[in-house]
Amino acid sequence: MDKSFFENKKICILGDRDGIPGPAIAACMETIGGEIIFTSTECFV
Amino acid sequence: MTYPVIKAAAYVLVHAPNILLEHGTTITTERLLNPDSEYLKVLPKYLRSFDDAVNYAPNQVYIGNMKPEELRGYPTPWYANPVSGSRDGKYGEIMPEDEFYGLLRIVDRFELVELSPEFASQIKPKIEARNLFSAKQLAALDKTLDLSEIEKMVANNEADGLYLDGKLVGCVRAAHETDENLSAHVVFENLVSKASGALVLANLIKKHGINPLDIDYIIETSEEAIGDMNQRGGGNLAKAIGEVCDCLNATGSDVRGFCAGPAHGIIHACAMVKAGVFKNVVVLAGGSSAKLGMNSRDHVKKDMPALEDMVGGYAILISENDGVSPVVRTDIVGKHKIASGSSPQAVIQAIVADPLEENGLKITDIDVFAPELQNPELTVPAGAGDVPMANYKMIGAMAVKKGEIDKKDLMMFAEKHGVPGFAPTQGHIPSGVPLVGHVVDEIKEGKMQRAMIIGKGSLFLGRMTDLFDGISFIIEKNSGKTEEIKEDSEALKQEIRELIAGAIKEVADSLAGR
Repeated sequence: MDKSFFENKKICILGDRDGIPGPAIAACMETIGGEIIFTSTECFV
Repeated sequence: MTYPVIKAAAYVLVHAPNILLEHGTTITTERLLNPDSEYLKVLPKYLRSFDDAVNYAPNQVYIGNMKPEELRGYPTPWYANPVSGSRDGKYGEIMPEDEFYGLLRIVDRFELVELSPEFASQIKPKIEARNLFSAKQLAALDKTLDLSEIEKMVANNEADGLYLDGKLVGCVRAAHETDENLSAHVVFENLVSKASGALVLANLIKKHGINPLDIDYIIETSEEAIGDMNQRGGGNLAKAIGEVCDCLNATGSDVRGFCAGPAHGIIHACAMVKAGVFKNVVVLAGGSSAKLGMNSRDHVKKDMPALEDMVGGYAILISENDGVSPVVRTDIVGKHKIASGSSPQAVIQAIVADPLEENGLKITDIDVFAPELQNPELTVPAGAGDVPMANYKMIGAMAVKKGEIDKKDLMMFAEKHGVPGFAPTQGHIPSGVPLVGHVVDEIKEGKMQRAMIIGKGSLFLGRMTDLFDGISFIIEKNSGKTEEIKEDSEALKQEIRELIAGAIKEVADSLAGR
């Protein structure tokens, strides 16, 4: 996906506790751009 | 250096399909938001019988009648291929729901559990036949309340109903008029945790011939908060459970850490024993009613049984080194630090790779890893993946990165150093500890040298931090040496040497006129 896709976008991040947690996704997204407005990690076990 | 040992372990399951319907949060939330949903209508048809639960291979592994490895060759789906199981296990038992309602009454010290006379008279002989609880305790089942009174309390929202096959047989009252921490729902959840905790402690004592009076301390590691409006989560379930099982010389406390609670609790217990504060510490937890049926929406969608119908429990006795039982290496503990980071790599580095590296061990020196051991048959259909397998892949990838194994052997790593998941999705219950019983047996039989138990906790669920948590420890074959004595005698010899050297120096100095 083109990095420019995230420009001027608001981003909600839902991480998975047994997959990639929210803060880790957020750390990646911060290098790409866009505005992170919500980050959470959920647990299904 | 001497280490504390794992002297005994016990495991229980309670089949709880009606509790699932009434108290599972997926179901109660759906009832609130979409009371007429198709899922709620069809869910009862997807519940399984007690016999189906007993003959379910992963449940037989949990109570010790099958080895985890046996699941590898067993045809899937496991629910469609029943084994010839037994309610009684090497490590514990599987209790049916009607008996568990009786147990709720037995462990209730405040007369909050009411059972109808007909129901109580049916279950009393069944519980009596199990020979786990005394006549005095069973007498609690003689005090009953007419069903019409129970119906009134449930209708007036003064109590939560206890149902069997859709029929009301009892209830749990609220313990306070306005305090939501003592509402019928919260009291019910706490009693489920207490009763399943007492069941597993009773099994630990009975199966291993332990004198309950020898237990000095109990650490309870479930995820329930016991308290009232002025001290929500004040505790103390540990002592409450010990009281049920006549551990009259014990005190105790509750350790909380979400799913990592049990691993933290065991490390606390080992530290107490190693320091000589207590000789015999039991770490235990009962199970969770809230998590029952957590992924049942997806199970129904996939037209498979709602398999999350088991309340779990475990108990582990940590004692002084007896020269025989496997030791816990208190000098090799992995911890996810506040600064460790939350990526899967960072977590595994902190709780697996770092402690091994610091102690001159390789990842491949660990015969088997016990991360979270959720049964994949429960989680994969819900999109949550095979959790133990994901952990094994990550640990294996770390071994590849460190050059300990070849990349092509990565998939074999899980088979060589792991086991298939077999535990119910009960939060703290599957977190490493279900394998302790099997590990102790394998080490004692000389089939294994050491294992690493890993607990992980989702601290962010409490909304106080977005941190993750994890902690690990190693169980190892006992060297059989009375190391403490050796160490002590070495220290004594050194002290004598120093005294003699000092005396000779004084004589020499005096002869030299210094």
